[in-house]
Amino acid sequence: MKFGVVIFPGSNCDYDTFYVLRDTFKQDTVFLWHKEHDLKNADCVILPGGFSYGDYLRSGAIAKFSPLMQEVKEFALKGGLVLGICNGFQILMELGLLPGAMLRNKNLKFLCQFVNLKLENDKTHFTHNGKRGDVLEIPIAHYEGNYFAPPDKIHELETNNRVVLRYSDAEGRINEEANVNGSLGNIAGIINKTGNVMGMMPHPERASEALLGSTDGRIIFQSIIDRIES
Amino acid sequence: MRECSLMKVRILVSYKDSVLDPQGQTVKNALHSLGYDFIKDVRQGKVFEIILEGLSQKEAEKIIPQISDRVLANPIIEKFSCQIINNKS
Repeated sequence: MKFGVVIFPGSNCDYDTFYVLRDTFKQDTVFLWHKEHDLKNADCVILPGGFSYGDYLRSGAIAKFSPLMQEVKEFALKGGLVLGICNGFQILMELGLLPGAMLRNKNLKFLCQFVNLKLENDKTHFTHNGKRGDVLEIPIAHYEGNYFAPPDKIHELETNNRVVLRYSDAEGRINEEANVNGSLGNIAGIINKTGNVMGMMPHPERASEALLGSTDGRIIFQSIIDRIES
Repeated sequence: MRECSLMKVRILVSYKDSVLDPQGQTVKNALHSLGYDFIKDVRQGKVFEIILEGLSQKEAEKIIPQISDRVLANPIIEKFSCQIINNKS
C-alpha cells in the first residue's frame, strides 16, 4: 500500500512519520506538498504533527485553506483513510472532518512527555490490531491538546463508540490525575462517523522504534497496513 | 457610483462564556497578587484591525462577519464582534 504524508510550512513531524513508514514498516511512502492538488494515489493520507503556519491565528486554522485540503476532504468523504497526528488532528477539526476543537492545556504548560492511553475501540481501521483495554505508552508534545466539543457532540462521540484513545494511568484507569491537559472525558483520539478519519494528539511515529522507549505506536500503523492489504 | 473609501474595522474574538479561559484566570490571579482585589474576572481575546478599500458600509457590514466566522474565529469555541472604527470617504 501507499502512504502519503502531507507537508505544510511549519510541519516538523513529517520526516519522522515518513521514516517510520518507509524504514520500519517498509511501506511505499511519499510526501504530499500542501500547495499541490495530487494525493499521488495514496491509500492512507497522514497529516503529521508540527506547527503548520506557526500556529498563527489558531493551530490548523490557516492550513485548512491549503490547496491540497480540497483533495484530502474529497478523499475522506469518499471513505479514504486519513490519520491526523497532533497538529494534523487540529487541522482535521478545523476542516470539519472531525468534531471539536483544541484549547490550551489546562495547566498552560507545553507538555512533552510519555502518557498512558487506554485503547477504547479496537474495531477501527487504525486500532484493530490492539485489544480494548490495552494501555499504550506513546509520547505527547503539545500546548493545545485540551479537547473540547459542545455537550451534544461529546454525547454523540461517547454513545457511538467514537472515542478511540483516552489518557489513563498505567493500569488503564481514566481519572483526573491521568488527564494531563484537561481534555473533556480524557479524550486523546477520536474517529469520524464513517470510521475512516482518525485524529490523535499523541505521536505514534515517536513510539514505533524500541530505541525511542516504546513501540506501542506500531499498533496504529500496522492496523492501517493490515486493513488496506486485506 | 461606488464609494472610493478606506474603512477600518475592528473585530474582537474571545472564547465563548462556556469555555474555560486559563490565560484569563492567570492574568486575574496576577492582578490580585498586585493588590487589585476588585477585579472579579478576566477574559482574554484577540483584536483584528482590518483596513478595507472600495466597499460600502453596507457591504462591509455583510462580509466582515462572514470572514470572522470563516477565518478569524473558531465558532465552536469562540465568539466575535465587529465594529466599524472609521470610514473615510
